[in-house]
Amino acid sequence: MGASKAPARPRRRDDRTVAWLFLAPALVGFGLFYLYPTGLGIYYSLTDYGMLSAPNLVGAENYRDLVGDDKFWNALEVTGYYVVLNIVSQTVLALALATLMHRLTQSVVVRAMLLVPWLVPNVTVGLLWMWMLDANLGFVNHVLGALGMRPTGFLTSPSWAMPTVAGINTWAYAGYTALLLYAGMLQIPRYLYESAALDGAGEWRMFTRITLPLLRPILALVLVVSLIGSFQIFDTIAVTTKGGPVGATRVIYFYIYEQAFTNFRMGYASAIAVVLAVVLGALTAVQMRLLRASRSDLA
Amino acid sequence: MTRTRIPLGRIAAWAVVVVAVAATIFPFYWMVRTALTPAADVYSDSTSLLPEHPTMINFLRVLGLTSQQEARVAGGSGAKVDFLRYLLNSFVYCGLITVLQTLFCAMAGYAFARLRFPGRDLVFGVLVAALMVPPIFTLLPNFVLVKNLGWLNTFAGMVAPSVLMTPFAVFFLRQFFLSIPQEIEEAATLDGVGGWGMFWRVVLPMSRGPLLTIGLTTGVWAWKDFLWPLLTGRAEETRVLTVALGIFQQQSPNAQPDWTGLMAGSTLTVLPVLVLLVFLGRRLVESLNFTGIK
Repeated sequence: MGASKAPARPRRRDDRTVAWLFLAPALVGFGLFYLYPTGLGIYYSLTDYGMLSAPNLVGAENYRDLVGDDKFWNALEVTGYYVVLNIVSQTVLALALATLMHRLTQSVVVRAMLLVPWLVPNVTVGLLWMWMLDANLGFVNHVLGALGMRPTGFLTSPSWAMPTVAGINTWAYAGYTALLLYAGMLQIPRYLYESAALDGAGEWRMFTRITLPLLRPILALVLVVSLIGSFQIFDTIAVTTKGGPVGATRVIYFYIYEQAFTNFRMGYASAIAVVLAVVLGALTAVQMRLLRASRSDLA
Repeated sequence: MTRTRIPLGRIAAWAVVVVAVAATIFPFYWMVRTALTPAADVYSDSTSLLPEHPTMINFLRVLGLTSQQEARVAGGSGAKVDFLRYLLNSFVYCGLITVLQTLFCAMAGYAFARLRFPGRDLVFGVLVAALMVPPIFTLLPNFVLVKNLGWLNTFAGMVAPSVLMTPFAVFFLRQFFLSIPQEIEEAATLDGVGGWGMFWRVVLPMSRGPLLTIGLTTGVWAWKDFLWPLLTGRAEETRVLTVALGIFQQQSPNAQPDWTGLMAGSTLTVLPVLVLLVFLGRRLVESLNFTGIK
């Protein structure tokens, strides 16, 4: 069988003409909409570009302004608060759901239903919960009222707004995250649970001694991916609170949007975007490392 | 033996699953229920599980199937809403991005996985490095670019940045092409198949699963997309559902939002998703594993 292949080997194939034709659309797209704008974004961050006038180089002025900009620091703080609330609640809930599905039911219907909020636009999710949580007519406040509690303006109170937005997004993404973790759990050999059961181990012990340790690489990966997504929260806030009340939900993404498209300070907005890019770039690098690690672990 | 004990733990666990599913589905039920309620009833009838006077008028008016006069009487703000058009626009936006991006990324992934040419690994490395650049970073300059091209409020401008490629899809499909055995392609080479024929008639038919996975992921992403189409396609002619909902909400008076209309509009963004789940649910649910993360 090797005979027919052997003579072809010495002449190294070179498909450069075909290859560049196959790559042409992707490379054009990459050059125009990824590479070029990345360079341009860095350049804008060093200018006073305001969209209506041509950009003038101003050096590091935007970055100096950033350091003294209270709203920027507030945006970072608010984003951090959101990320912690969202990631913790979402991951705990997803882990619990995934474990329950893994140990109880393989039902595709259950999984499909848990996935619905993820398939729906965040704009819809935001509107849906604005209505559910409406201070006067919302279903949630009717229930609270029936339980003898005072109606709460969940999205209009400065102290409640951020936890509420975090809760809304946890509702939207916990099912999806649970399915990712569930897929990871399916890779754990069944016999480990069977022999643990024979040894008299309970479900909680199996969870802490088998599921959690063997899921760790995938859990770490899912965590980083959720983290990156969480930092980029925008749609839900754009619909529900628009950064308010009094900046309580003005996250970094929303601040960039405001600076660029409300105040037309494209240069300044780009500088904030550079800062965000550095943070997210670092997180993505971690993700890629974990991806490689989790691959080799399961191979 | 503990075998005969009532499995309290299992019952409790099932209860948690049932509660989770109910908490996931109920807001959607409430959305549809509100959409079927006459606007005049929103105050009096806001707790019963079924609307007292069910009506389709909210759907008809947001779809632009009633006169402006009728729409205003039924609770509309008087601004023109034409969700039928926005629905079609969403299909166009989503369809163009999904089909073309998947095709172009498959071509590129195939070239990186199977073809030999100088600079291959370098080009691929640069492409993968772009995964680290967050979307907001390229969004600002891309907006300026599309604006300067005069492509605002055209489908060309709206799909341009995503229709040709995303680094993730190229990466994902290359990994897949690397994992399939080469024997079939080698046999096809002996039969004189090469270049485009090899890709189109031999490789693509073998790759239905991953193509569907990446296509679904891209489609869902495009369906949910909000900020980019808001910036580049606000006009009636190109307004997609998410943008339309955002604008509809802004036009609706703050003190007294048009909840029945908004929920009818929201329902329209959910229905196609449910159709997708019914037909491709198993495929979608099972394709979600850690390699499917976007």
